[in-house]
Amino acid sequence: MKIWISLFIGFFLANILGYGGGPASIPLMYEEIVNHYKWLTNAEFSNMLALGNSLPGPIATKIAAYVGYDVYGWWGAFIALFATVFPSAFALILLLKLIQRNRESLVVKGMTLLVQPVIAVMMLLLTWEMIEDSVHSLGIIQSLIIAAVSFFALEKWKVHPAILIMISFVYGGVVLPNF
Amino acid sequence: MQTSYKSLIMAMLRTGIFGFGGGPSVIPLFRYEAVSRYRWVKDEEFAEILAIANTLPGPIATKMAAYLGYKQKGALGAFICVAAHILPTCLAMILLFKMVTALSDSPVIHGMISAVMPVIAAMLGQLAYEFSAKAVKGLGKWLGVLLMIVSFCLLQVISIHPAIVILMFLTYGAFHLKRKSRSKEMSA
Repeated sequence: MKIWISLFIGFFLANILGYGGGPASIPLMYEEIVNHYKWLTNAEFSNMLALGNSLPGPIATKIAAYVGYDVYGWWGAFIALFATVFPSAFALILLLKLIQRNRESLVVKGMTLLVQPVIAVMMLLLTWEMIEDSVHSLGIIQSLIIAAVSFFALEKWKVHPAILIMISFVYGGVVLPNF
Repeated sequence: MQTSYKSLIMAMLRTGIFGFGGGPSVIPLFRYEAVSRYRWVKDEEFAEILAIANTLPGPIATKMAAYLGYKQKGALGAFICVAAHILPTCLAMILLFKMVTALSDSPVIHGMISAVMPVIAAMLGQLAYEFSAKAVKGLGKWLGVLLMIVSFCLLQVISIHPAIVILMFLTYGAFHLKRKSRSKEMSA
């Protein structure tokens, strides 16, 4: 099979079968990349994942770009990215268009209303997971102080989230390694 | 339309570059750009996009970027938003690969990623609070709180996949208002 077709199929399958966002697709991508097509060895995959986790942005597209480029150059990176992003993005646009068109119907209004409590609880659980990760790597006291300061900055002073993230990078990059 | 391609690109570059710490960390950034800063969508619609995005497979952030771009500028907008969101980090991934060990073992990078976690936690906490307030406002105090407790039990206590929980609530939501208006007619 032509290599770009395998790239397309591999990344299409790994992402279309992965529920719960990019991180949920990592084991499926591992299956395609290492076991099935043997584009990378196990060690190469771990290295790539380590690099991916130290860069910002979605993990699934970083993996697709790297493996696609490694296997088939810039064209390969494009194919792998397209297979990762396009199918689910297209499906979301279609579904939301359908909802938009029926904005005024009681069915759609009820769905919009009922989805709020689930999203609220999901956010709460994500907050909790993030706090756990944070306590694990920074300890309780530092985590609480940084979180409290961030909360005030966001809520009272309306600081842009990106500015807050940059300040925390400076603190994390300059202060933390020296202790 | 007042939204320019430039503001779409800038917003998506920011969400891509500052989204550290995996999937969820990017949600508050998307919300800031799309709801607070540019007002492309209201909070209710943002929650809806997030919910539907969660019921579909594949990466969440790129789906949201694609939809926000599509809503403002059609298919080209969708393409531009996704590209702006993912390209900087994809390029970094390809170009930096030779420095992989230096980067992933560096205490500076580790420090940066650790220090950003509590900040992201605060942002997610803020979102959780605001969406809870919305749920209570829209559904009433009793039903709002009751449904949050039910979702908590489904998601955390019996660990049902979020996509399935969202589908369950969407299904009930499809009948909720009709049922309510019918019971009002009957009591009237």
